[in-house]
Amino acid sequence: MASTYDYEDTANHQSQQTDIGYDPNFVPDSVKSFVVHLYRHIREKNVYEIHQMYEGSFQTLSDRMFKESPWPSVDAISQYVDQDHVFCLLYQEMWFRHLYARVSPTLKQRIDSWDNYCSLFSVVLHGVVNMQLPSQWLWDMVDEFVYQFQSFCQYRAKMKNKTEQEIVLLKQFDQAWNVYGVLNFLQALVEKSQIIHILEQEKEGLEQFTATDGYDYNGGSNVLKVLGYFSMVGLLRVHCLLGDYETGLKCLLPIDISRQGVYTSVIGSHITTIYHYGFANLMLRRYTDAIREFNKILLYIYKTKQYYQKSPQYEQILKKNEQMYALLALSLSLCPQVKLVEETVNSQLREKYGEKMTRMQRHDEEAFALYDELFSYACPKFITPSPPVFEERLVNYNQDAYRLQLKLFLYEVKQQQSLAGVRTFLKVYSTISVGKLASYMEVDEPTLRTILMTYKHKTHAVDPDGKVISTADVDFFLDDDMIRVIESKPAKQYGDYFLRQIVKLEGVITDMDRIKLE
Amino acid sequence: MGREQPQQQAQPPSQMSYTVEQLVALNPYNPDILPDLENYVNEQVSSQTYSLDANLCLLRLYQFEPERMSTQIVARILVKALMAMPAPDFSLCLFLIPERVQMEEQFKTLIILSHYLETARFRQFWDEAAKSRHIVEVVPGFEQAIQAYAIHVLSLTYQKVPRPVLAEVANSGWILEKVHGRGHQLIVLPRNEFNHPEVKKSAGESVPLDHITHVRLTYAPAMPATL
Repeated sequence: MASTYDYEDTANHQSQQTDIGYDPNFVPDSVKSFVVHLYRHIREKNVYEIHQMYEGSFQTLSDRMFKESPWPSVDAISQYVDQDHVFCLLYQEMWFRHLYARVSPTLKQRIDSWDNYCSLFSVVLHGVVNMQLPSQWLWDMVDEFVYQFQSFCQYRAKMKNKTEQEIVLLKQFDQAWNVYGVLNFLQALVEKSQIIHILEQEKEGLEQFTATDGYDYNGGSNVLKVLGYFSMVGLLRVHCLLGDYETGLKCLLPIDISRQGVYTSVIGSHITTIYHYGFANLMLRRYTDAIREFNKILLYIYKTKQYYQKSPQYEQILKKNEQMYALLALSLSLCPQVKLVEETVNSQLREKYGEKMTRMQRHDEEAFALYDELFSYACPKFITPSPPVFEERLVNYNQDAYRLQLKLFLYEVKQQQSLAGVRTFLKVYSTISVGKLASYMEVDEPTLRTILMTYKHKTHAVDPDGKVISTADVDFFLDDDMIRVIESKPAKQYGDYFLRQIVKLEGVITDMDRIKLE
Repeated sequence: MGREQPQQQAQPPSQMSYTVEQLVALNPYNPDILPDLENYVNEQVSSQTYSLDANLCLLRLYQFEPERMSTQIVARILVKALMAMPAPDFSLCLFLIPERVQMEEQFKTLIILSHYLETARFRQFWDEAAKSRHIVEVVPGFEQAIQAYAIHVLSLTYQKVPRPVLAEVANSGWILEKVHGRGHQLIVLPRNEFNHPEVKKSAGESVPLDHITHVRLTYAPAMPATL
């Protein structure tokens, strides 16, 4: 729900809020029934029913009765739920999320939503919550929180057409969606839940978290723990929006993405995690890491998207799927390691971007336009976190952050311009002198030497521990002025073969054991 | 690639850096730590140490409150980042610095210097650095750090490098002196897996022991005592 928006945050299907036809105090019977049942299920910790109502009934009612208007106000329904403070906060959270998805929020509503999140998170952080909520809902809370922050920054940065009233409100409520506030809430959830410690203990077998999908079967609550867990993904996302990829990846470190985990238990969380992980690695020039993860998730989506056709997340899944194909195309154009890509994914990629990738690898003017196009389509919606300077002339600066990231990305692409040419020749020759190659490439010898060194530098990334890792698909070394291409034989995968044979043997032995001999 | 050197400060720097690192790890989204982080940058410069995390933290705070940004500190952070090559720290920092700041003269120069290093144009780099001494010589250890990067790139690329190439890349005059009248000489670089393919450890996939034991346990003890 959080991202059916195009870059300018004004989707065409949204309507402006009108007072006609919307009475916040009118509560249809179906809504009354909905809140009464949901309240009961939450009190009874019936996670299955909560999930059904949250994913199912809420959507159905929204589609049927609140297609373009908000749900009844929280004040109107609170009488049916014993005025329960926490339930009201939860209801409001859903209320605002629905609002953002269907109707364009006003500034006052944005501020009120911030207040609601503050209250909700404060309650959770105080540790007084004893509910069990579905992981889907808890993920949606964090996801929506970050989304509304991003949306607010975009909104605030468009100062040109702001009314006097809006400017007054912005100055008055300068704490709303303040970047420090957002980051500190996420950080607090991570810390208070002790989720990092729990995950470490789990490796030693001293804790159960992933095994229970985050749920607490000892009579406790999963809310703080799971919110803390998803907040790590939230932090990764916020840091990517700010352009701080290194720190973003650090925030994600406690989650081992080479395995299943709670992050894979909710499709939205799985996709968001890998999308941002891959994007961050792309910007950090760790192309093979990005390619590997994009490959895995694109294959996963290909196999499982049919199961989500009826789900409210379907559109979002498809959108991110397309964006990740674009990012994969970018990564492979800069680092042609095609053998890292699964056959199914590869054929999808060829279909969507095959032609463009060929043109991108020419590294001419047209190629740069394509790099620009794909990057702009697939990148996160970068933000400028600082508030506007009200004393200066009011301009729109919402595109500044995006323009900077794009410019730096294209700068990197330009620096790698000469590498494609070298690669082509290295694939054809086993040895060639510097002089000869220089004449083929129509450059002088000193220039060729710098190109060769650039190739080496760009294809040998430095990992976080300072180790040098080669991402080159074709490699060489120089012996004075002879270039010798290094043969790379793919290593035979014996380990897998042995494991398979062991399993087979065990199977045979088990079968034999079953045979009763007379 | 900075190197430690004995320092002459009143407060043992190791103590100060410990506190700042703690702040960055535990309470990074806090406007109050900005002065500490700025001091830490200056300390990194004078004691020839380096902390990417702390510097990124500071650049983020500058992003949140642009009116508190000190371009002098930012310039120092960028020089330190250059010295960390081949790590991509310089780009990481640029991602966080607003475009209009990057348009200032000293930053344009630093970006050009980074460009030369990224594309292995060492001769142009040393020429430009010589013209911009006021920017780079503020940070002790700069020349050695870049030379270390240059040697790194050379040893990735060459088994044997012609002496003049080495001299130009490393900006070391004394190497060229020895060449007098001896013709073309080759320097042999240390062997590593990048310039000597045979040294490369076999891509070896390792199969962790617990994969095999896991397999065995899945099929519970089915082996009879005697075969």
